[in-house]
Amino acid sequence: MNHPFLFLQWLVEKLHLGFSSEQLEHYGYFNHVTYAWATMAILVVLGWLACRRLSTVPGKLQNFMEAVLEQIERLLSDTMGKKGLAYFPLIASISLFILVSNLIALLPGFMPPTANLNTNGALALTVFCMTHIIGVREHGLKYLKHFTGPIWWLVPLMLPIEIIGHLARPLSLSLRLFGNMAGHEIVLVIFLSLAPFLVPLPMMVMGVMIAFIQTFVFTLLTMIYIGGALEEVH
Amino acid sequence: MDYFSWCVIAASFGLAIGVIGTGYSQGLAIKSAVEGVARNPGASGKVLTTMLIGLAMIESLAIYVFVVSMIILFVNPFTEHVVKLASMGVGVK
Repeated sequence: MNHPFLFLQWLVEKLHLGFSSEQLEHYGYFNHVTYAWATMAILVVLGWLACRRLSTVPGKLQNFMEAVLEQIERLLSDTMGKKGLAYFPLIASISLFILVSNLIALLPGFMPPTANLNTNGALALTVFCMTHIIGVREHGLKYLKHFTGPIWWLVPLMLPIEIIGHLARPLSLSLRLFGNMAGHEIVLVIFLSLAPFLVPLPMMVMGVMIAFIQTFVFTLLTMIYIGGALEEVH
Repeated sequence: MDYFSWCVIAASFGLAIGVIGTGYSQGLAIKSAVEGVARNPGASGKVLTTMLIGLAMIESLAIYVFVVSMIILFVNPFTEHVVKLASMGVGVK
């Protein structure tokens, strides 16, 4: 199931900058990479514009970006405590990337890079690896006590359960975001082929809501996982 | 019956059965959230936030079922194999 018309792909074809449609069909479509770079470009340009002339009495864009980052920082302190503020750049970057990726779906001719399992898998694997790296860096080898539970003779039971639970985390993170975004796209395609006049609008409004909610859930789960690696073992 | 008929039946019935539990559980979550806000309107911010997180978690179970249905319908991994067997004239239609 391919996206019918993508703006950046059309632009690249017209300017002969990259692969043509036949080459793409042969080698495989990589629109999610293109639009992931487009999202990054949007975020970098926004950040550069907001920080050009920093002042104590902020202008409009700086005010807006500060409000957004303040919300993320408040959520971070509530969930992870004081030790968590060191991981604010990672979590805020992931959160803003997912937010802009999800919202790009509203523009006609743009596809959200999170509608592809590869982008979400990359983000979820990053979170998964960071959980364990942070845990080992914080606790050393005692990090393994997180997996064993409180009673020593239940270890052969607790260890496989904990390992399976940990392995289920990147799976559920990536699949949840992928299912929401790709499902929204598929539903929109079906509505547009059935009744294209005004009927897809409620679905698009729900799409905006889902974009924000899924960003929030991904960010919150990231904070909970990293906070769980940081906390003391019982 | 055909392999592809069974695929369609499995996808649609699986989705319908998967949504039953999701709908009921989300109804319970919203019921508790509304009761909490009715008792204590000052805590409505925190209650609503927790409710939204809970709803997204429960929703993700329905999304897993949806993803499997879409895989069965659109990127079915056995289509080539079945078509090859059918063109060879073996019993599977």
